[in-house]
Amino acid sequence: MSIALLPAQFSDLEPFASTWCLASEGERYQQRLASTMQQMQGFYDAMMPRMDEAITYCDTFAYDDLPDDVARLLHLVYSLVMVSFPIEAWKQPNIPDSGAAYLDLLVEPGP
Amino acid sequence: MAKFPKPPEGSWTAHYPELGTEPVSYEDSISPEFFELEREAVFKRSWLNVGRVEQLPRNGSYFTKELAVAKTSVVVVRDMEGKIRAHHNICRHRGNKLVWQDFPREETQGNCRQFQCKYHGWKYELAGDLTFVQQEEEFFDFDKADYGLIPVRCDVWAGFVFVNLADEPSQSLHDFLGPMVTAMEGYPFDQMTERYFYRGTIGSNWKLFMDGFQEFYHAPVLHVRQLPATIGPPSMAMGFEGLHYEINGPHRLVTTYGGQGWRMPDELLKPMEIASRSGLFGPWDQPDIDLNHFPDGVNPANVAPWGLDAFNVFPNFVILIWERGWYLTYHYWPTAANTHVFEGTLYFVPPKSARERVAHEMAAVTFKEYALQDSNTLEATQSMLESRVVSAFPLNDQEILCRHLHKVVGEWVAAYEREQLEEASK
Ligand code: FES
Ligand SMILES: [Fe+2]
Repeated sequence: MSIALLPAQFSDLEPFASTWCLASEGERYQQRLASTMQQMQGFYDAMMPRMDEAITYCDTFAYDDLPDDVARLLHLVYSLVMVSFPIEAWKQPNIPDSGAAYLDLLVEPGP
Repeated sequence: MAKFPKPPEGSWTAHYPELGTEPVSYEDSISPEFFELEREAVFKRSWLNVGRVEQLPRNGSYFTKELAVAKTSVVVVRDMEGKIRAHHNICRHRGNKLVWQDFPREETQGNCRQFQCKYHGWKYELAGDLTFVQQEEEFFDFDKADYGLIPVRCDVWAGFVFVNLADEPSQSLHDFLGPMVTAMEGYPFDQMTERYFYRGTIGSNWKLFMDGFQEFYHAPVLHVRQLPATIGPPSMAMGFEGLHYEINGPHRLVTTYGGQGWRMPDELLKPMEIASRSGLFGPWDQPDIDLNHFPDGVNPANVAPWGLDAFNVFPNFVILIWERGWYLTYHYWPTAANTHVFEGTLYFVPPKSARERVAHEMAAVTFKEYALQDSNTLEATQSMLESRVVSAFPLNDQEILCRHLHKVVGEWVAAYEREQLEEASK
């Protein structure tokens, strides 16, 4: 295995890290549109049971000063939020009938 | 049968008899001629919200705002005395755009001590005076005092920065906003400084998107698939009723129920709503500020269970206050009769933990899922309105605010046309 992106406690999620540890909403939305339902289902099934543990782990650090691997774990949680809509509501990657409509998130908070 | 009480007249619309109840023309949303009139009659005469004071944190902070509808750009700045001002973003020498970065038509922001034109280097102090002219002695009969920046009327209410492009606005900002809107003053907008700012170009007239967000009659239908299968169909069968509608001058308000996810059984919620403790109505857990003493203008009818107030501030600005202690704004910036730029901004008390931040993320992502459903539908509406196959459309009592918007815009345009005729006959 190459260099770990996530804290050791979450090493089982490493296979998803290079795809889904994305710092901006724009990247997460694009990754969702570029993914198959099967890929997102795999990520969702692995990550959803660990979400609470991941957030709790992040909150053992100062929120405004997260180490890089912890920030990446938090980004993975954001990505889980993003894929929850295709998985839980739409049964497809894009919003039904949304066509070419877009909304860009030009300002978003860190981390 | 209505499940919630209506005014004694029998309907919200009859409570405001000047609105009438007849079918409404949407010619005002497809006619390029009407749009040209709206530029002058509405957008060059109204107080327009261009942002918040938090975007100007220090003396010297500035941002630019493109106002395509008025064919101008303004630069809004906190000057060296701390006063917030606006100027037309044009250099007095040969008309170059004064403040921009890389892309002339894109907005920018920053901090500076003075403005310097990129073209020939003229300099202006932030209050607008011209202070430096390259090779000044080459000019003829020249006095720098004659070439300051062109000011734009600018005022601040509750931390919201407004401009008015009229030389002499007919009303002060406070009078323009009127009692219904200003009664919100004191809401802790200033503590809700974490910002998610979305923008998209929409293929419809600006008023169609305002209509789409000022009636919730569509919500249980258009958005049904966002709900778990356990409540989607029943909520569609139940439909939507506003708890309170109010009209004050050109402005309007709807109050609704909703939210309360923390009181719902799991089977009525999506797994991510439970996991994040958040959803469309925002984080379930309120932020750590005083939310028990709201100004009277918030939830003005004191309805329970209160979900949200949507204040539609004429012409193109919406402030939406949610029961859980956050707010969002909408801006609709027309670019043509059949296009506009939509901006949606969510504001939260800055999170103190990753858990709070995840709840904000869920609210923001949910907002976008809904807004994209809404916005793409508008293009479908616009394209068929333009067929002019149908000339008038029935609006129900839950669509009272749509009726009011189109009526007010029509009145402002008519008043402008009357003035033009009077001018011409002089
Ligand atoms: S146009 Fe600005 S200095 Fe010439
Ligand atoms: Fe909607």
